[in-house]
Amino acid sequence: MKIFIPTPLRAYVDKQDAVQVNAQTVGQALDALTVQHPDLKKHLYSDEGKLRAFVNVYLNDEDVRYLPEKEATTVTEADSLSIIPSIAGGWD
Amino acid sequence: MLKLSESVYNALREHGEETYPHECCGVLLGCSHDGVNEVEDAVRAGNTRTDSAHNRYHIAPQELVKIQRQARERGLDIVGFYHSHPDHPAQWSKTDFAEAHWLGCSYVITAVEKGVAQQTNSFLLTGTTEEDKSFEDETIQVEELVAGRC
Ligand SMILES: [Zn+2]
Repeated sequence: MKIFIPTPLRAYVDKQDAVQVNAQTVGQALDALTVQHPDLKKHLYSDEGKLRAFVNVYLNDEDVRYLPEKEATTVTEADSLSIIPSIAGGWD
Repeated sequence: MLKLSESVYNALREHGEETYPHECCGVLLGCSHDGVNEVEDAVRAGNTRTDSAHNRYHIAPQELVKIQRQARERGLDIVGFYHSHPDHPAQWSKTDFAEAHWLGCSYVITAVEKGVAQQTNSFLLTGTTEEDKSFEDETIQVEELVAGRC
């Protein structure tokens, strides 16, 4: 399956905008991505190994956090994952 | 440096006037090379913070996923974002900084006073990680871009 990489993280995946991985689940796909590109890890995960709060992972058009099986959700070659850091702001 | 055409520049400022007294937000598509973010198009996004839209903005990640996909199909990248500050200066706030995560991207802010766009500033989010990031003042150059440069 394809994993789409947002502009700030492309420096860690040889400037590609998408990375191809073989995986049966969302979790396996993310693991395969960081095995292929270990420098990505600290940008996606906290020191405790959790996905950083501002990093959103979408399976096609669905937020993985809200899928019933979350990262254990099975995927096919036709699916795609998108990594999207959040966009927000404001003033007091 | 941020380069954009006059029509894109006007479009993002007008967006802030239209949504006044609420914050507008949108995504800048183009390409970046040699430290220059060149914008070919600005895409409007909805502000999901209807609870506090006068001083907060948030783009739904699902909308961003779509924008990123459509950009890719056009051979463009997300190179920045814009939002407005209704009756507030065109300077980034603590919250703007805390919530900025797209390193290398331009964050454009337009002050809208009583419904009329005033100053527009751009800030480049520099650094290599979330821990060492910072906002740098960035020059905005408004000029007609050569089509198909991205
Ligand atoms: Zn702001």
